[in-house]
Amino acid sequence: MIVGNRKSMEEILEMVKPYKKVLLLGCRECITVCAAGGEREVGVLASELKLSRAKDGQEIEIKEFTLERQCDFEYIDQIKPFVDEYEVIVSMACGAGIQYTAERFPKKPVFPAINTTFLGVTLEQGLWAERCQGCGECILHLTGGVCPVARCAKSLFNGPCGGSSGGKCEVSKETDCAWQMIIDKLKGLGQLEKYEEIIGVKDWSTSRDGGPRKRVREDLRLQ
Amino acid sequence: MLKAFESGADGIYIAGCLEGECHFLKGNLRARKRMLYLRKLLAEVGIEPERADMYNLSSAQGQRFAAIATEMTEKVRALGPSPIKKGQSAFKA
Repeated sequence: MIVGNRKSMEEILEMVKPYKKVLLLGCRECITVCAAGGEREVGVLASELKLSRAKDGQEIEIKEFTLERQCDFEYIDQIKPFVDEYEVIVSMACGAGIQYTAERFPKKPVFPAINTTFLGVTLEQGLWAERCQGCGECILHLTGGVCPVARCAKSLFNGPCGGSSGGKCEVSKETDCAWQMIIDKLKGLGQLEKYEEIIGVKDWSTSRDGGPRKRVREDLRLQ
Repeated sequence: MLKAFESGADGIYIAGCLEGECHFLKGNLRARKRMLYLRKLLAEVGIEPERADMYNLSSAQGQRFAAIATEMTEKVRALGPSPIKKGQSAFKA
């Protein structure tokens, strides 16, 4: 899922300073799973904003509303009946959802309460880690299911580098060396010969480096 | 707990079972973590984190319950009314 962190209270308070009527929009998908922008977190942020304003002797009216998703316009449009009652939308979705909400309501300021960070997995309750960079050309079949693009600090395709020590990356003692993991995995699978095949230079045009991307399924399009 | 502060509570304390004696095994340990998280949130909005606390005791410890209630009351009294009340009255003025 997409993982993010809520912005600092300081930053959010600064964003909403000029406003008295705020629509706080959560999302029930990824950002709920990583406990950053779901219904509960919307409730917490709304409380914090009210407490902070009350402390300064100022009022704020906040509507809390959590959508199924903010990346499908049919869900975003569910706020149409009441959106005009509010001066600003503060979205707790991922960057995609925040932008799409802004696109659907071009006359309304839409602010991010979340810093979207990575595509990742839940390691355990309360702990999420990066796994995918969306590079557009997956080679996990060559690397025993461990991604060198996302998990190697240098995104090496034929690692490890000289900084790999004791299975850890030189970047941090807490970061596993992706190539150590790849070698261990291939060994375990009895596929170590794959490690000896040189993986060619990556064509990064399939990644974000080639510009913003789109996906089309013509058979599914209505028009 | 945040809603209680919104409604004007000057302080909150959680009374949980003695550690290791929780009927739900780890409920009191998880509650303590949430209390620590609440204190962080309170600090973020400029409310003294000491206004929220957690105590552990058994339901048989009547005297301790009374002692904790007194201790927390005195702690909150020393801190004064919740800062949002001062802000609210300033706004009304």
